[in-house]
Amino acid sequence: MKDIIRAAVAIIVVCIALFFVNDYLNKSSGKASSDTVTIFNWGEYIDPDLLAQFEEQSGYRVVYETFDSNEAMMTKIEQGGTSYDIAVPSEYAIEKMKENELLLPIDHSKIPNLENIDPYFLDLSFDPKNEFSIPYFWGTVGIVYNPSLLDGQTFKSWDALWDPSLKGQVLLVDSAREVIGMGLNSLGYSLNSTNENELAEASAKLSKLTPNVKAIIGDEVTQLMVNEEAPVALTWSGQAADMMWENEELDYAVPEEGSNFFFDNMVIPKTAANVDGAHAFINFMLDAEVAAQNADYVGYSIPNAAAIELMDEEVTSDERFYPSEEVRDNLEVYNNLGFEMLGVYNELFLKFKMSSN
Amino acid sequence: MQTKNTKTFYLIPYFAWILLFVIAPIALIAYYSLFDLSGNFTLDNYKNFFTSIYLKLTISSFWYAFLITVFSLIVAYPTAYLLTKTKHKQLWLLLIIIPSWINLLLKTYAFIGIFGLYGPINAFLNVFGFGETQILFTDFSFIFVSVYIFIPFMILPIFNALDKLNPSLIDASRDLGASSWTTFTKVIFPLTTNGVKAGIQAVFIPSLSLFMITRLIAGNKVITLGTAIEQQFLVTQNWGMGSTIAVFLIIFMIIVMIITGQRDKGATSNGKNW
Repeated sequence: MKDIIRAAVAIIVVCIALFFVNDYLNKSSGKASSDTVTIFNWGEYIDPDLLAQFEEQSGYRVVYETFDSNEAMMTKIEQGGTSYDIAVPSEYAIEKMKENELLLPIDHSKIPNLENIDPYFLDLSFDPKNEFSIPYFWGTVGIVYNPSLLDGQTFKSWDALWDPSLKGQVLLVDSAREVIGMGLNSLGYSLNSTNENELAEASAKLSKLTPNVKAIIGDEVTQLMVNEEAPVALTWSGQAADMMWENEELDYAVPEEGSNFFFDNMVIPKTAANVDGAHAFINFMLDAEVAAQNADYVGYSIPNAAAIELMDEEVTSDERFYPSEEVRDNLEVYNNLGFEMLGVYNELFLKFKMSSN
Repeated sequence: MQTKNTKTFYLIPYFAWILLFVIAPIALIAYYSLFDLSGNFTLDNYKNFFTSIYLKLTISSFWYAFLITVFSLIVAYPTAYLLTKTKHKQLWLLLIIIPSWINLLLKTYAFIGIFGLYGPINAFLNVFGFGETQILFTDFSFIFVSVYIFIPFMILPIFNALDKLNPSLIDASRDLGASSWTTFTKVIFPLTTNGVKAGIQAVFIPSLSLFMITRLIAGNKVITLGTAIEQQFLVTQNWGMGSTIAVFLIIFMIIVMIITGQRDKGATSNGKNW
């Protein structure tokens, strides 16, 4: 009996000790404290120099973490135990996070630089009046290709990917919405389709693409394209810009049937510990010079009109990355399809992957 | 009385561990598998599992896990045998184990370079007049890398079994006129089956749920149950279905354990697995 009591006491002592260690560690890693700003962003989606600059200017310490899908990011925030002050979800994820009440409203009076933003990117359907989100970057889904490894294809149409001469040559991104969306777009349907017949048709069409598929992977696409391991890849515009920066042979096209047009906006999650710091960070990132430097580094298109004026004319007049409004109207934003439909998309995608061997 | 209490005292960490990290998670998985997306109690997830996609997935997972195990065994058994015959066997064994200290992801990324169109293997093939060959993102590359990663886990138990084999048994077999082949099939192999079984368990079970290698090396052309679980949790956020697949994975693992389980045959104490 004495031993049991001793054991119980020991356990309690250990628990208390662990609690203090945890507290100490959290403090030293900047979690949940008022002099740090914790940022949760996509991989390679900010110029690291800017973080240092922000620390110097504002006196806050920055803790920076990355995620690789909207869904993974939302799961992490929803589960709690985190205290991200800033997250950067895409539009359909913002819709969903609003629905689940995961966001804090943004106080526009604390963000004077908001006037730098092109009005085209404000007050959009997924967040009227920008109550919860401030534009960060935008981009498109398209095809990056290497003309020196191809015979003259230009990918004005999605159907060019189905060309038999591309047997075992096409890289795809490992993401259900992009791949199924491509199937739907190539048939002239909306990439938000929830129509069973349209989805079945798209799935049948995609299964004919399988002989051409070299691999379905993630960020590794960049290296493979730069090293000329493959001639064609489905990818996002900013990633394509990165690749083109490293290998000048490459070119990027958004097929004419239409494609995805996305916005990544900064939000303040409900779990934020430093709301003032979050506002300061958003305002900092909207500064014309900062935004221009960031856009230069990241490669996606910025919604910041003041910054665009500071940037190289050659970049900002490039229709591939800054398409005209007319072209943009042909592009579609992802709607939040809901869990059930997302499940259907994923099962179709799984089926596609299974058949690609 | 005193000893009994001390015993209880020592058992506390064990039971706490088992309860918190073995029983509780499995119970949670089983619990979650009974709910659909909107949180209603249902058995639909189990029904869904028996649709064509998941059955095909299961069969293909088993097939690749089987291939990985077979090739690991083919390489590991002779290697382990040879190792027991060398002079500094612990050193050689260490050399085989060292690569498993390196991070799995790092090794996998290295293979992307090695197998690439402009990688060393293709350069080597070029010397012999073969054109550029697509090695990365094929079944071959997937099985090769998986075997490479799992092989220490196959070699170790077999090595231990062989090492503990009493050499006088082999001598006796040879004295009684058995050929080397008969000695192997009738004496050495039967006495080391426990090592082989342990090796199969250590390779086959994790192979069923491999998932990073399927993407990086097989370009998602090989899909395992592990990939499906990852998708359900992170992308679809259908925890119910993800848990259901996990439940089946656990069931399959138990079956594999039973099939390859150790049976006491008295004399096999020489072939203890570790």
